[in-house]
Amino acid sequence: MNLISKTRFEENMATRDPPWVKAIVLTLGLGFFALFLIAPLAAVFIEAFRKGLNLYVSALTEPEARSAIRLTLTAAAIAVPLNVLFGVAAAWAITKFEFRHKQTLITLIDLPFSVSPVIAGLVFVLLFGAQGWFGTILSDHGIKVIFALPGIVLATIFVTVPFIARELIPLMQSQGTEEEQAALVLGASGWQMFWRVTLPNIKWALIYGVILCNARAMGEFGAVSVVSGHVRGLTNTMPLHIEILYNEYQFSASFAVASLLALLALVTLGLKSFVEWRGALRPHHQHAEGHS
Amino acid sequence: MSIRVQSVSKTFGSFRALDNINLDLEPGKLVALLGPSGCGKTTLLRVIAGLEWPDQGRIIIDGRDTDAVHARERQVGFVFQHYALFRHMTVFENIAFGLRVKAKDERPSEADITARVRELLNLVQLDWQADRYPAQLSGGQRQRIALARALAVRPKVLLLDEPFGALDAQVRKELRKWLRQLHDELHITSIFVTHDQDEALEVADQIVLVNQGRVEQVGAVQDVYDHPATAFAYKFLGGANRFEGVINGGHLMVGNTPLKLEGLVPANGTRAEAFARPYQVTIANNITGAESAIPITIQRATIRGNMVRVDATHAQTPQQVYEVELTREQWRGSGQTCGQPAFLLVGSLRAFAIQ
Repeated sequence: MNLISKTRFEENMATRDPPWVKAIVLTLGLGFFALFLIAPLAAVFIEAFRKGLNLYVSALTEPEARSAIRLTLTAAAIAVPLNVLFGVAAAWAITKFEFRHKQTLITLIDLPFSVSPVIAGLVFVLLFGAQGWFGTILSDHGIKVIFALPGIVLATIFVTVPFIARELIPLMQSQGTEEEQAALVLGASGWQMFWRVTLPNIKWALIYGVILCNARAMGEFGAVSVVSGHVRGLTNTMPLHIEILYNEYQFSASFAVASLLALLALVTLGLKSFVEWRGALRPHHQHAEGHS
Repeated sequence: MSIRVQSVSKTFGSFRALDNINLDLEPGKLVALLGPSGCGKTTLLRVIAGLEWPDQGRIIIDGRDTDAVHARERQVGFVFQHYALFRHMTVFENIAFGLRVKAKDERPSEADITARVRELLNLVQLDWQADRYPAQLSGGQRQRIALARALAVRPKVLLLDEPFGALDAQVRKELRKWLRQLHDELHITSIFVTHDQDEALEVADQIVLVNQGRVEQVGAVQDVYDHPATAFAYKFLGGANRFEGVINGGHLMVGNTPLKLEGLVPANGTRAEAFARPYQVTIANNITGAESAIPITIQRATIRGNMVRVDATHAQTPQQVYEVELTREQWRGSGQTCGQPAFLLVGSLRAFAIQ
């Protein structure tokens, strides 16, 4: 690293801008954040407490709200581990093996990002709904997918599939396979190689992916809305519950539940920064450094 | 332990990386697999280690056919060009890895592991670095740790893939000497891949010269250098003056000059080439008659220590350059100066037909 790049950008004569440029850029940037991010977030909490703490607490503890919270947590608890499994497997396959149609798999992983969540939900209705392809088989065996927990979990998995794989693939690509080969030659089994070499190397990226995946799993609205059927106390997740409350003019209750989701988002952000900070502490790129 | 490579071939797509390789390596030797980049030497090393599977042929280590033996059971030590140290483990844990992953009944006790790691850290002279992470070490230190890690499991053979390739010149020289000393202590059968002829000449007992997926020559270092078996061996190892021409009546006609030949002479009319090292030719003012003499013009003389390197060009075709190595005395005795016409005296050479 050279000395020049260590000088702060604004203190370097060559890259220093006139003060008015700095002022405009700062105002634009910070103003945007204040208007579009901080203000709505503040509004959620202000609205939630507008009618007092009692109503806030009762809005969160009434049976339907508790059922919605429980359902959201259950769906995330199933969807996130499954996506960890799939994400690690997909990233492993893509970065450690050579096979045909690799690019297709990479593109497919991105599909949930490019498809509207409503369509994702509809797809599952078409597949597993009463009139769907597998509808008759499922109802014959007494299995209910749509308008029930399985459908909600499926929709959640679909929407959150890319988060972990996309976090891992670039990292694993840059790390290559030499450490794994070294482990093999030293006598490690495939399992030992994965647990002792691969997993520790991708640990922080994986945690980062899990955090993002979890946040999206709990906050998903569109896809879940299509498959849930909005049965109160049964198939309503938190985002759906919030919408119903709002449509029934129970603004404070609606914002109370919303504040819980917002709080979750804030905790997620905090965790995310912590993981980024932790991950940056440990130097990851030994090859990129100078030799000897 | 001995290593035998029997008619091993390997292709990647349409690229023939290894073409019917046969090798017999004696136990306890330090062998250099030498060749230009892309010649298949690294592939051969990886096939021996079990990191690649040959399309044909067999690898026999210590008399045992490794056909069905997975890399993890071959008991080979492998050192990678870019070290491949486990970046999240300390130096200590890196070296201990091979011992820790052993099956329960074979795994040494924690005390034995510690003792073994300490012993290896001493061997590679880095005992004060045990608690560091690989990223905190220099390139040369990393490669020594990688070597210690490979040795921890007491492998039957040690395979090193361009072990000094990623290091700068100074460190490379030190590590070469160090590897040679280490081998003299341990006597473990070792193969190292290199494209650097100096490295091979300096470090190895034996050289295996590889070109385009084939073995060109195998032999003791000095033998291969002094008696190259093929045109490639001449060109790649040591460098030499090249004489190209047509075979005529048992001579190689270079321009109008017939060069005397020895050994197997290609048929009349064949285009052929012959080689002579810079120290195998001399300069003279006039032809004595007994030797082959090529008319040259002396361009430049560079003095290094007691040696004088003379650069000359062919008198008629100046794009043809020759290099001569003389002692100071010989150079002074020849009475030559730059820009003068003279003769290049060449002894009997071996001619190789040009395909």
